[in-house]
Amino acid sequence: MSNVGKSPWIIHYDGSSCNGCDIEVLAALTPLYDAERFGVVNTGNPKHADIFVVTGGINDQNAPVVKQIYDQMLEPKVVVACGACACGGGVYQTCYNILGGVDTVIPVDAYVPGCAIKPESILDAVIAGVGILDEKAKAMKMNPADKDRSEKDASTGAHASVADVDDGTNADAE
Amino acid sequence: MSKRTVVPFGPQHPVLPEPVHLDLVLEDETVVNAIPRIGYVHRGLEKLVEKRDYTQFVYVTERICGICSFGHSLGYSECVEKLMGIEITDRAAYLRVIFHELSRMHSHLLWLGLLADGFGFEALFMHAWRLRETVLDIFEEVTGGRVIFSACDVGGFRQEVSNETLAGIVAKLERLRDEYRTIAKTLLEDSSVKSRMVGVGHISTDKALELSMVGPFARASNVATDERLNGIGAYGDLAAFEPVLSDGGDCYARCDVRVREVLQSIDIISELVDKIPDGEVMVPVKGNPEDGAQAMTTLEQPRGQAFYYSKGNGTKNLARMRVRTPTSQNIAGMVAALSNVELADVPMVILTIDPCISCTER
Ligand code: SF4
Repeated sequence: MSNVGKSPWIIHYDGSSCNGCDIEVLAALTPLYDAERFGVVNTGNPKHADIFVVTGGINDQNAPVVKQIYDQMLEPKVVVACGACACGGGVYQTCYNILGGVDTVIPVDAYVPGCAIKPESILDAVIAGVGILDEKAKAMKMNPADKDRSEKDASTGAHASVADVDDGTNADAE
Repeated sequence: MSKRTVVPFGPQHPVLPEPVHLDLVLEDETVVNAIPRIGYVHRGLEKLVEKRDYTQFVYVTERICGICSFGHSLGYSECVEKLMGIEITDRAAYLRVIFHELSRMHSHLLWLGLLADGFGFEALFMHAWRLRETVLDIFEEVTGGRVIFSACDVGGFRQEVSNETLAGIVAKLERLRDEYRTIAKTLLEDSSVKSRMVGVGHISTDKALELSMVGPFARASNVATDERLNGIGAYGDLAAFEPVLSDGGDCYARCDVRVREVLQSIDIISELVDKIPDGEVMVPVKGNPEDGAQAMTTLEQPRGQAFYYSKGNGTKNLARMRVRTPTSQNIAGMVAALSNVELADVPMVILTIDPCISCTER
């Protein structure tokens, strides 16, 4: 655990999962598994999140939603595909309305197998995700092009995100 | 009349574990109309019967929904058994009902937690989910799985569960009952909790009947609908069964009904464990469903009535498998309950319907 230098905040989206994996993702946050002891917080706001936890496969209707949440998250970010469905379609692989796993629309950093996944393996994946997050952050510091971009994010993007967050919190707080 | 605004709600929203989209038409802060849009979780499971044979399809039905997973495998198995004229043993029928009631407890405890989270009572959410782990431990101990555990199969119950294990389950549930009472007390008596729920999202009995609502949502509007009354399977052997009702019709009543149903499930399990007969749990299943044979059955899922239909075509694949799930029945009720509530209460109303989108869209 000594390599974990950051409290990762996660955002969870249910692609087209059966709920089995979703409730296990939530169970990982509750007292028995207690991911919060590692500083993991489940947030509803993509701009607050470091790790995108996706359950379930991709279909035509949710593909843009998954992509949008991914795009709204700020760099560095990590995607964790949770469960057989998110990894490659799972039992629904041959269904007419399933395009495939999460990697059909966004790049995935960690795959968690299982149907349903066990909360323990979600913890493993999130902790592995923090390692990847650190590496990505380091790479960003080293790459001047990225540095420019993040400064630009900080100046122009900040205004955009303040507006967005405002909308977001209003909608969240209802 | 003030200006109307449309606020999009979902598909990704902090209170929703599942994606559903609502266009909320507002006048000032008040919702005048809610237009649901579904389809984010549609997979096309019913068509999968063409590719999976009728014994494999049990695993697919379990994955219609991970929360009501056992119920779906139970409904499907009962339906196919009817189609093929298979008589299961009494012990298997009892075990099925015991596990179905355990699933209801896990579903309701999960829901109580989500509700608490919905009104910002984080500690209560954590406690409800902590108690729920007791039920999941039982599943894991007996079957090896926590949420999807493939215990029910066409022909009976796949696990032989000893009488000692069953007695152990009852003892665990009795311990849970005491702890659960404290949580229930907070949910039902705390004034800040009440202030979020009493009088919010009201549906009258007539309206509930008109909209064909099912499950705890309907029972909270004093409609005595409960498929368990039909006495299918071991439910028929219960000494008495009364559906849990409330005449409040609001969010508080819906919470109250589910809180009491958890206790009712514990009673049902204890009674059946006392009465369970000895014997085998599986009967051999041979042959294929006949061409043109049809069967249907209903089941009380944690969220209400579910309906199963199957049709054979003489091969190992079914010609048709149809499920009608409780939430698809309740969406009209949800839209009705949302009208005239304040925007800030929308998440509460949606949560107290306990929507299961995954079931609805399959
Ligand atoms: S991997 Fe299995 S449990 Fe998880 S969402 Fe898919 S079908 Fe459900």
